[in-house]
Amino acid sequence: MKNAVGRDIPEELLVNGKEVYQGKNYLDGKYIQKAGPKTRRYEKPQESKIVDSLAQALRDCGAKSGMTFSFHHHLRDGDYVVNMVMKAAIEELGLEDLTIAATSLGSAHDPIADYIEQGKVVGIQTSGIRGRMGEVVSAGKLKTPAIIRSHGGRPRAIEAGEVHIDIAFVAAPTSDCVGNCRGIGGKSDCGSMGYAMTDAKFADHVVVVTDCLVDFPNYPASVEAIDVDAVVVVDSIGNPKKIASAAARISQNPRDLMMAEDVARVIASTPYFKEGFSFQTGVGGPSLAANLFLEKLMDERNIKMGWAIGGICGPMVELLKKGKVGKVIDVQDFDLDAVHSINQTPNHFEMSASQYANPANKGAFVNKLDFVVLAALEIDTDFNVNVLTGSDGVLRGAPGGHPDTAAGSKVCIIVTPLTRGRMATVCEHVVTVTTPGDCVDVLVTDYGIAVNPLRPDLIECLDKAGIKHVTIESLKEKAYSLVGRPDDLQWEDKVVAVLEARDGTILDVVRKIKPYKL
Amino acid sequence: MIPRPKPQKDRLRRTMMFMNAQKPGLIKDAYIYGCDSIMLDLEDAVAENQKDSARFSLYHALKTIDYGDTEVIVRINGLDTPHWQEDIRVCVAGGADGIRIAKCESAQDVITVEKAVEAAEEEFGVEKGRTLLMAALESPKGILNAYEICAASDRMLGVAISGGDFRKCMQTKPTRDGIDMVTARGMMLIAARAAGVQCFDTVFTDLDDEEGFRAEVQQNKAMGFDGKSLINPKQIRYVHEVFAPTEKEIIQAEQMVSAFRENAAKGLGVFTVNGKMVDIAFIPGAERTLRLAKACGLYEGDLV
Repeated sequence: MKNAVGRDIPEELLVNGKEVYQGKNYLDGKYIQKAGPKTRRYEKPQESKIVDSLAQALRDCGAKSGMTFSFHHHLRDGDYVVNMVMKAAIEELGLEDLTIAATSLGSAHDPIADYIEQGKVVGIQTSGIRGRMGEVVSAGKLKTPAIIRSHGGRPRAIEAGEVHIDIAFVAAPTSDCVGNCRGIGGKSDCGSMGYAMTDAKFADHVVVVTDCLVDFPNYPASVEAIDVDAVVVVDSIGNPKKIASAAARISQNPRDLMMAEDVARVIASTPYFKEGFSFQTGVGGPSLAANLFLEKLMDERNIKMGWAIGGICGPMVELLKKGKVGKVIDVQDFDLDAVHSINQTPNHFEMSASQYANPANKGAFVNKLDFVVLAALEIDTDFNVNVLTGSDGVLRGAPGGHPDTAAGSKVCIIVTPLTRGRMATVCEHVVTVTTPGDCVDVLVTDYGIAVNPLRPDLIECLDKAGIKHVTIESLKEKAYSLVGRPDDLQWEDKVVAVLEARDGTILDVVRKIKPYKL
Repeated sequence: MIPRPKPQKDRLRRTMMFMNAQKPGLIKDAYIYGCDSIMLDLEDAVAENQKDSARFSLYHALKTIDYGDTEVIVRINGLDTPHWQEDIRVCVAGGADGIRIAKCESAQDVITVEKAVEAAEEEFGVEKGRTLLMAALESPKGILNAYEICAASDRMLGVAISGGDFRKCMQTKPTRDGIDMVTARGMMLIAARAAGVQCFDTVFTDLDDEEGFRAEVQQNKAMGFDGKSLINPKQIRYVHEVFAPTEKEIIQAEQMVSAFRENAAKGLGVFTVNGKMVDIAFIPGAERTLRLAKACGLYEGDLV
């Protein structure tokens, strides 16, 4: 069945009430029954929950074949925990048919590709999938289609019982002996632990994995002992160099700077750019640089930002410290400046993924967002964005909070160069729709700005401010005139990944890629 | 091949951005930054043993890239090198709008280049006189001969001073108030205006010194320069801001030009606008103001 973004969704996926994407806010006002975990009572006073090994923790939590284990990605490409746990489960306990439900996965998890090929891991639910894992899933080697969800879609699915987590593993930079966890104070600090919070509340069992045991009580805790079954102390939970970069530096690339300045000018042309406005931006070159130009415009107009959310890095912390933003609320930290600031700098707070972006709760931050600035691998003439699959159709990206912030914000700006190498970024049809075009308002490229015709109000704002803009079709034609029009990708029928919209409907599917023959 | 319109001698040239002709990543779409002219460099930016490859890269860029309204000028190697003749052949064959003569010191230098350009136009079947010239004055002798240089050829669009080499000759360093170059800039400006060509200031190389850059651009505008050479796209916007005419200037210019055209049709050469006498002598300046305003997005009328 074709959905609202024109993607053909196979009927066999539309079972148990699953629907195709119908447009944004389709399920607004509907009631859901939240699922509760089945958890063990710890009535008798307990000195410590520390167990000797991951294998022991798995046995204590009743680990068996067919279970779903959850992970969070605050240790980013430095994470050791996913591989460690899966090795213990598969190689020590001999478990099979396991599903990994992670908030995101990256190239740090290449070894999991082997378990997929061996048929030990049969399900993947994640926001991001990259590296070898992306390749083996795209090659059709995972037994069931991977399920890709946004950061808001995941807590929604967990709360609705669509994902049942048997054991949640919390990678904790510090923990005490009963499992109060924090993201700072250890040797592998990550700052916010926002993505682990919903998992810990809704999993049947929770195992904390830490490399820095601290005195009880480790407070204020991000994940609390009341939800934790076992604590495992290991030598190292991750490579600090890959967890957080020293400091996210603002790009000096003139192309990035030009686009960033245009982003800031677009923002300043709208009526939402006023005292107390709210903002989120990414850490990519032009997105991050937008901070710089926005600050100048804020100074010129003598206004301050009310609050900022998102993955946070140094430049935003800097604005907070200068008093130019009122509050920063943070689900993940990208550099050491942000890691060392959360819960330390006044008005820099932590939040859960659900608070951040869940479309089914009653007050997600994204719904109050004025502006979000996001990147894209591809964007098509309907303003649909792809941040998941590469130009070869292989899984190598992550929707993350992209669809959530785009849907919730008043102005969603996509910033991307028109071409990357030989690939047209602005194209006729994106390989995979990860953020539907009805949530995307403005596209800023190095070759011009385009406004979604669904937003005549923004077109008027840009015209009034004298900001030139063109149609997205003309940008697409320019891109093709520079790098050529690519041939269509060749797919097999087999669906290797299902892309869920944040509300749980099906936005798109990724099929097995047909090997290319010359 | 991308057909380019015939180069205009008196077009807007507020910003001329230098870039290494050898770097495809830079030259493939430098026009996106919105400078009026790009200056593809075959001279100092290109190592001695890379001159050939830079010429190839330049030629193919000129032949395949649609630079649109952005003027494309090439800085060729000095007349004291073995490279300049081949540089000129490549520029003309590729269809560059203009050639910048490095280290120009005399009218004879301009004539020498002009002859080679003419020969190349003949060789490649390019319309005679199409390729414009400009001269970079980089030495005290060049400054002293500025007028004869400006007036040496009909192809001359303007002159630019090159601060680095000039300061070396003068044994000075850049100063905050520009006193080190004020005489040279002034002499060059007077010569250019006397000869009826444009005049451009040198690059500002300290990208971190925004305040210094702004001060220099404001001084350039106050002295009467037409534009400035730049080394980084992030310098463009400010120059355009400073060189943009004020709203008052635009309104006045608009009134003058329309009044002139109305009166000319009636056979009147001298008339008054808002109590001020206006005749034909004011009109090129007023038209220039309107063209500037249009380029800056401040004027949407159809008088220019």
